[in-house]
Amino acid sequence: MGRAPAPTPEREPGVEEILRARAPQGPVSKKLPGPVAWFDVRSRSTGHLAFSMNRITGLGLVFYLYLHLAVLSTLLGGEDAWNGFLELATTPLFLGLDVLLVFGLLAHGLNGTRLSLIGSGFVPNHQKALFWSFMAFGAILLVYTAVHVFGGEG
Amino acid sequence: MMADGTRTVRVHRFKRGDDEPRVEEHRVPVEGITTVLEALRWIQLREDPTLGLRHSCFHASCGTCGVRVNGREGLACVTKLADVPGTVTVDPIANLPVLHDLVVDMTPFVERFPPPHPIVRESEFLPESATPEGLDGNDRFEDCIECGLCLSACPVAATDDTYLGPAALAYAQRMLEESRGADRDALLDWADQDAGAWRCHAAFECTEACPSGVRPAQRIMMLRKELRRPRPGRAPEEPAADTSEHF
Repeated sequence: MGRAPAPTPEREPGVEEILRARAPQGPVSKKLPGPVAWFDVRSRSTGHLAFSMNRITGLGLVFYLYLHLAVLSTLLGGEDAWNGFLELATTPLFLGLDVLLVFGLLAHGLNGTRLSLIGSGFVPNHQKALFWSFMAFGAILLVYTAVHVFGGEG
Repeated sequence: MMADGTRTVRVHRFKRGDDEPRVEEHRVPVEGITTVLEALRWIQLREDPTLGLRHSCFHASCGTCGVRVNGREGLACVTKLADVPGTVTVDPIANLPVLHDLVVDMTPFVERFPPPHPIVRESEFLPESATPEGLDGNDRFEDCIECGLCLSACPVAATDDTYLGPAALAYAQRMLEESRGADRDALLDWADQDAGAWRCHAAFECTEACPSGVRPAQRIMMLRKELRRPRPGRAPEEPAADTSEHF
């Protein structure tokens, strides 16, 4: 459903309205075409950074969901196929991707929590402070996770 | 601060009948406090009288000279060139049809407001007037100068022409806050539509862009809070008997 239509005027249209209806409108100026504009954070503020990050991490997590299902399907190939995958999954590159996944989960989850708090009208005036607080908390968790994933004692 | 001298100003040009907009470059003499509007007026008066721009008050009060300067929304009359690094690129505000160069058609912006749309700045009370009952202070939506910068900055409006937009939703919230006889249920129903308060994705760009301190994003969040409150005399919505069509 789109925007509700404006009420139809009961009177006859005036000269100005007729002229406006006849006049061709110019192009609508867009910063960038379509959803690409969502990811353009140049000259933008913290809120837009969070907005862009939520979309990128959201898309990444959807991609990961399907990738995860595809990986699990290697179980259909038997024990050897699964063990072969596990060998690959413990290489530094894959461990790095694991950390990237955790980054996506933390960023999306924590920013989602922030949005819930703001969007419900409880703390609408502290969105920047909430963003940086949650991101600082997420960064600590990410470092802890990275150390743990790469074989630390954390 | 940039030293006095000249600056390169790139201006968006478009006239009806043109296939595509183009960009024109000018060297403009500047002093320490030269504003974007003064630079545009210099171009208009000295180099190209056909440059189309809209302005009136020269002091951030009329809201007519809204543009994008190096991608960032602002009022040309109070945006100093000294605060803009590098080449200065001036574009019309986004998400509204361009009529002529830097002039956009504000009709789709005004049409977004809930009907009826009374004069927004009707109640500019004197500073010594009492705060209306129920309000913490005079944080007034009447500060809105209807410049359209919030709609230009909004990333949701960039991809959804049906979105009611920050100014109109903030206006509705303001009317609910101090309704003065307005139909609260009608306003809430209007804001509760798909393209209304719930379409905002809380990027807060409108608040950043607003030159008048209206804080539209915060007002949309408060509007959502209002929408979740049970309304007297109105039963909570019952779940649909058959939801199969949604799957």
